[in-house]
Amino acid sequence: MVTLDARIPEGPIEEKWEKARFDLRLVNPANKRRFTVIVVGTGLAGASAAATLAELGYNVKAFTFHDSPRRAHSIAAQGGINAAKNYQNDGDSPHRLFYDTIKGGDFRSREANVYRLAQISVNIIDQCVAQGVPFAREYSGLLENRSFGGVQVSRTFYARGQTGQQLLLGAYSALMRQVGLGAVQLHPRTEMLDLVVEDGRAVGIITRDLLTGAIEAHAGHAVILATGGYGNVYYLSTNAKKSNATAAWRAHKRGALFANPCYTQIHPTCIPAGDEFQSKLTLMSESLRNDGRIWVPKDQNDTRPPHQIPEQDRDYYLERRYPAFGNLVPRDVASRAAKREVDEGRGVGPKKNGVYLDFSDAIARLGRDVIEERYGNLFEMYERITGDDPYQMPMRIYPATHYTMGGLWVDYNLQSNIPGLFVGGEANFSDHGANRLGASALMQGLADGYFVLPYTVGDYLAGQLGKPLPSTSDAPFQDALKSVQDQTKQFLAIGGTRSPDDFHRELGKIVWDKIGMERNAAGLEQAITDIRSLRDDYYKDLRVLGNGDTLNDSLEKAFRVADFFELAELMARDALHREESCGGHFRAEHQTADGEAKRDDENFSYVGAWEWNGPDTPQTLHKEELTFENVHLATRSYA
Amino acid sequence: MKFTLKVWRQDGPEAKGRFETYEANNISDEMSFLEVLDVVNEDLIHAGQVPIHFDHDCREGICGSCGMMINGQAHGPQRGTATCQLHMRKFQDGATIVVEPWRAASFPIVRDLVVNRSAFDRIIEAGGFVSVNTGSAVEANTLPVPKQVADAAMDAAQCIGCGACVAACPNGAAQLFTSAKLQHLNLLPQGQAERWERTENMVETMEEYFGTCTNHGECETACPKNISIDFIAYMNRDYIKAKSLNRKLAGQGLE
Repeated sequence: MVTLDARIPEGPIEEKWEKARFDLRLVNPANKRRFTVIVVGTGLAGASAAATLAELGYNVKAFTFHDSPRRAHSIAAQGGINAAKNYQNDGDSPHRLFYDTIKGGDFRSREANVYRLAQISVNIIDQCVAQGVPFAREYSGLLENRSFGGVQVSRTFYARGQTGQQLLLGAYSALMRQVGLGAVQLHPRTEMLDLVVEDGRAVGIITRDLLTGAIEAHAGHAVILATGGYGNVYYLSTNAKKSNATAAWRAHKRGALFANPCYTQIHPTCIPAGDEFQSKLTLMSESLRNDGRIWVPKDQNDTRPPHQIPEQDRDYYLERRYPAFGNLVPRDVASRAAKREVDEGRGVGPKKNGVYLDFSDAIARLGRDVIEERYGNLFEMYERITGDDPYQMPMRIYPATHYTMGGLWVDYNLQSNIPGLFVGGEANFSDHGANRLGASALMQGLADGYFVLPYTVGDYLAGQLGKPLPSTSDAPFQDALKSVQDQTKQFLAIGGTRSPDDFHRELGKIVWDKIGMERNAAGLEQAITDIRSLRDDYYKDLRVLGNGDTLNDSLEKAFRVADFFELAELMARDALHREESCGGHFRAEHQTADGEAKRDDENFSYVGAWEWNGPDTPQTLHKEELTFENVHLATRSYA
Repeated sequence: MKFTLKVWRQDGPEAKGRFETYEANNISDEMSFLEVLDVVNEDLIHAGQVPIHFDHDCREGICGSCGMMINGQAHGPQRGTATCQLHMRKFQDGATIVVEPWRAASFPIVRDLVVNRSAFDRIIEAGGFVSVNTGSAVEANTLPVPKQVADAAMDAAQCIGCGACVAACPNGAAQLFTSAKLQHLNLLPQGQAERWERTENMVETMEEYFGTCTNHGECETACPKNISIDFIAYMNRDYIKAKSLNRKLAGQGLE
C-alpha cells in the first residue's frame, strides 16, 4: 500500500528549509567514503548533484547516454535563470519569486518546495559566477538582469541567448574536476534501462553500453535520476532528439509514482514543421511578441503572398479577441488561439500549419535598426531555417511542446516513494505546478543538484550506515538484467516492417491531436484506444536491424518509443480524470465564457500520482492534497 | 530536389570502411542535412539495410553532437553553421555530396560517421574549471567583471565542443578548442588563482592527444560558432608565461 507523505517540515514557510537542514542527519567525512551514489543524467540537475556529492566525499558513479556530459539538453535553454537577488531594487524578494511561481503554476504546486526554490535561487547565481559563468554585465561590471513573462520585476540573469549552455558548462566543469580527482566515475554513452529495487529500496540500475551493447548492473547506496522530461512523447517538440522518458518510466514500473503527467507546456512561438520528415521544432524567443503582430488571412482560400493581402482581409485574431492584452496574452492562450485558426483552415505557409508574426508595422514605426538590435540573432536563425527574410516577409510560427511539468512524484527531500530513489530537475514534478514560468527550469535544476539533493541524500545515507553495497549477483539485479536482455532480444526478433521513428511519428500525432493544447473527454478516450492499438502493432511490426552488440541507433530508439507508448496512455488517463482546466492542462469542457481556463479548487487541488499495476491494468491514482497557507487561491489573471 | 550521397560506412572501430552510394529523392529545400540522412535511413530500413549512424541531438546548433565532413568541409559549405542547421537550399539540385566522419587520429571512428571525442573531456578534466566547491562562493556582485572582459570570455565560452576545428586542421590540432576553453577562464577574475597551472595542464594534456598547430587557420573557418584564432595567440602567450612563472613558484616563491 502506497502512502504519500510529502514530509514537509513544520513551522513558518520561510523557516522550513533551515529547520529541515538542521534536522537532516549528517554523515561524517570518514563514512562518506563508504557510500556510493549513482547519478543518472548529466544535465544541470545531474551534473551539479554529481559534482557536489563528490566534493562532499561520496563515491559517485555518473551516467549519460551522450558522448560527453556537456551535451545534455539543458544546454539548449536560451533565455535565462531567475533569482530573487533584487539587484534592480524593484521590489523583488524570495517571497515574491515564490508567489509568482505558485501563481504561474496555476496553484497546483507545493508551497514549501517552491519557497525553498526561491530562497536557494540567490545561492545559485553566486555559485555560477564563482565558477566563471560569463553572465551579462552592466558597464559597472555588475550583473545585468532582464524581465521575463508573467512577472513585474527584472530578475532574470542570462548569458546572451545561451544561458543553459553556460550554466551547464559550469556544472560540467565542476563534474570533470571531480572526475579528474577520481571522485566521480563517469560512464558516457551508457543508458539506464531499469531500476533495481531490493527489500523496497533503490539499490542500483541496469544499463546498456551504447557502444558495445553490454548490459550491466551497477549497485549504489542511493540512486538519483536527473533524466529530464518527456516532451518527446509528442515526437515533434523543442526537445533534443534523444531526450526520452525511459529512465523515469522504468522507475515508475518498479514502483515509483508518476505525478501529474497531463501537465505539459506548449510554447506559442516556434517555427512550424516544414515537411513530413521534420525531425524537431525550433523555439523562437517569446520576446518577439513584444513587437510582432500575429495574424491570418480572413479567407481560408487566400493564397496571396502576405504583403499582397490588404489590411481588411487580415484577421489579427489575438488583438480582436483579447483587446486588452493583444499579442501579449499568456503562452497557453496564444497557443490555443493559433491552433484554432489552423484547425479552421486559415493556417499559412505551404502546409497551412502556421500563423504570421509580422514585424512590418514595427519596422515602419521604429526603423529596421531598432528591430535588428532587439531581435537580429533571432531573425538570422529564422532565416537560416526557413530561407525567408523576416525583415521582408512575416515569420510563420506555430506552438510546440517545450517542457513537461509532470514527472516522478517526490517528497520535500526530492525522494520518491521508493526509499533511496531521488529525482531532480525536469524529471520530478515538484516545483512548477501546472505551468512553468520562463527562466525557472534552469533555476530548479541547479537548486535540486547543488543545494537540495546533497543534503537530503546524506540524510538517507546516514540511515544506511554499516550496510555494505548490495551485490549485483543478488536476485533483484539478476532479474532486472534478464528482463532488459529479454527485451533487447524481443525487439531484435520482431522482424516487422516499420522503424521505431515511423511508429514514434504516428504516436506523436495522436498525442498532439488529443492530448495537446486542448483536450476533451471523447478525444482522450479515443487517444487511449488509438495508443493501445498502435502499441499492439509496435510489438508485431517493429523492425530493428543489426544486432545488440554494437552501436545500434534503432535499438536505442526501440526502448524509448516502447516507453513513450505507455507514458502517453497515462497522460491521457490523467488528463481524462482531471475535470478542470489549469495551466498547461486545458479541458474544452472547463472554460469560462471568454475561453480562459476554469480551475476547480474544490475538487482538484491535489497532486495526482499514479501507481503502476502492470502493462494491461490501468494505474491507481493516489492524491496528495495541496494546502495553501501563504498564498490566496485566485483565478489567474494578468490583467 | 534529389541528391546522390556518397557516405562513409564502417561497421566498427576495427572494421574496414568503404563509401556507399545512396540516392535521396523527394528532398525539400526546407530540410536540414540531418533530415536528409533521416530520409535515407528510413529507406535503408525499409530495404532491410542497417541505417547510417551519426551523432546528433539538439538539432539547433548548440549541443555539439553532430558533425561530419561534407564535400571535404567540416559542417559543410555554410560559414558559422553546424551540420544540423545546414539546409538543403544551400546545395544544387541533383548534386553528389560526399559525407565522411571527422578524420583525425585523436577522434577514432566508432561507427560510420560517429567518432570518439573523449579526448576533449580529458583536456577539461586537466584544468578547465575553477576549483570552487559548492557553497563556498561569495555574493556574486562582490566581484565586478568589466563588461568587455565578460563579453570576451563569452566569445570564447560559446564553443560547443563539436570537434570541427580538429577535423579541419591538416595537423589534427586542437588549439582552437583548447584555447577557447582556457581563455574563457583565464580572462575572468575568477580564473586568476589557477591561471598558470590551468594553462600548463590543459595545453600539455592537449599535446598528449592532438597534433601541433602550424597556423593554417582552417579551424576558425570551420568553427560553427566563429571562434577567433586570436584565442590561440592568447593561449600561447599564457603558456610561455606559465612555464616561467610555474618554475619560479617552485623555486623562488611568488613573483
